[in-house]
Amino acid sequence: MLLDVANRVVNQPFRILLYSCSFALFTTVLGLPAALSVLPQATSQSPPASSAAPPIPQQNSSQPSAAPPATPSAQPFPRTGLNTVVLDPAHGGTDTGARGTGGLRESEIVLQFAAQVRRALEAQGFQVVQTRLANENPSFDDRSALANAQTGAVFVTLHVSSTGVPGTARVYVNSDLPTGREPNGLIPWDRAQAPFLGLSHKLGDIVQGNLAQRFKGSPDSAQASAIRQLRTTAAPAIAVEISSVAVDTREELDRMAPGLADAIARGITAFRPSYVIATTSGELR
Amino acid sequence: MNSRWLRLILGGLFGAVIIAALYFPILKRRVKQTAKIEPQTEEQARRELTQSLTTNPTEPRVKAKLFWASNAEDGSLAAVSVDLPLSPDPALRAKQVLNTLLAGPVDPEQRTLPPDAVLLAFYLLPDGTGIADFSEGLASSIPSGIESEQTAVDSITKTLAANVPQIMRLKILIHGQEVETLAGHLDLTGSFVVSPRAAQISKSEPSNWLPSLRNSSPALTP
Repeated sequence: MLLDVANRVVNQPFRILLYSCSFALFTTVLGLPAALSVLPQATSQSPPASSAAPPIPQQNSSQPSAAPPATPSAQPFPRTGLNTVVLDPAHGGTDTGARGTGGLRESEIVLQFAAQVRRALEAQGFQVVQTRLANENPSFDDRSALANAQTGAVFVTLHVSSTGVPGTARVYVNSDLPTGREPNGLIPWDRAQAPFLGLSHKLGDIVQGNLAQRFKGSPDSAQASAIRQLRTTAAPAIAVEISSVAVDTREELDRMAPGLADAIARGITAFRPSYVIATTSGELR
Repeated sequence: MNSRWLRLILGGLFGAVIIAALYFPILKRRVKQTAKIEPQTEEQARRELTQSLTTNPTEPRVKAKLFWASNAEDGSLAAVSVDLPLSPDPALRAKQVLNTLLAGPVDPEQRTLPPDAVLLAFYLLPDGTGIADFSEGLASSIPSGIESEQTAVDSITKTLAANVPQIMRLKILIHGQEVETLAGHLDLTGSFVVSPRAAQISKSEPSNWLPSLRNSSPALTP
């Protein structure tokens, strides 16, 4: 009706302007509720508030301004089971990660692998949060902040190596970290992983065992390595790296995806009963 | 007259073509010879200079143990004994073994560090912390991945542990700066345990961990 009136009374340029305004109004009205419904999960910049005790963000230029606020760890952790998996397709954006001679890019491969792992985890009843859904590159701390804001979660970062025996998969957990706390009882941001190392080892060994059954030549247990992404993550956290971008064709890696997704989903499901129940002193056991 | 000049010009041109045809194979051979001489990069030139400064042939030759990749392709390392003139001074000795490690094994497939990488400096602090300052080549040319980066650092720490017992921990700098990761994965904000004694001390006294040079990040124990 409005457009009919416009057709009769206004000239061509004004009509185009009127159409544009109507279209913008229409898309805003339709799009806003949809955008609001996905906002809490899709953005890593503004993690949801957490009742768990997150680590202290330190004064460091590389750390996000939106880091979770410090909470005294003396407060009890919520007694809750494992229900969330934070999936981290590594790299992204200008950081392509490992690159194969055939043009394979780690950042693209892990994003596609993450979609399969996500489906397998959701089939097991887990809620899955991804640190990135497209070709973007959140910082290490942004990815950790997203994980640290969850309650009852584990963190899995996915990688593809440049080297190694093709067709194998390795799980890494962070190397030992000093477990010291600040005088006020807070866990420092830059060693947030320290209280979770025992659980990370347990989770890593279970997932590695599942991977070794599917991919011959893979190790039997998880290995320790000083992985930057894991250090600031306040949850049981592992890195899964498959070999490698040096394969002749992309299909060789794609064939690994279902086995990888199944092994991770089964591993985390098997880990579920061992997931920590925090004591009232905030210590983990 | 005109036809005479024309004949002279044509004759001259024909002669030039004959000379060019004869000279062409010689020119081609010279180009090939020049191409065989690979241009020396700045990093390679710097390595030659630093190696010649750190190696003194008059020093006693000892069997140094260097850790390069094994042939197993699983990221494991194998010790190789090499006769080297090594200094009794621990910092200089560390430089000498690391330069040999960077120079690479006989089989290039067993390399653990990129050929472009150069050790710019090595310092040893009184508490046993070694600080190795590498060129950009270490970070930019190493194959990206947890396994490859871990193998590179392991080859450095194991080589130092086997040849310079005074070094307890190792801090890696890139071109004089602390960097967040080696090539996107391995954390370089802390220090790596070289000697098992350092790990024991650190477990009993957590405050002994080497803090980050940039902030108070903890030490790492790979």
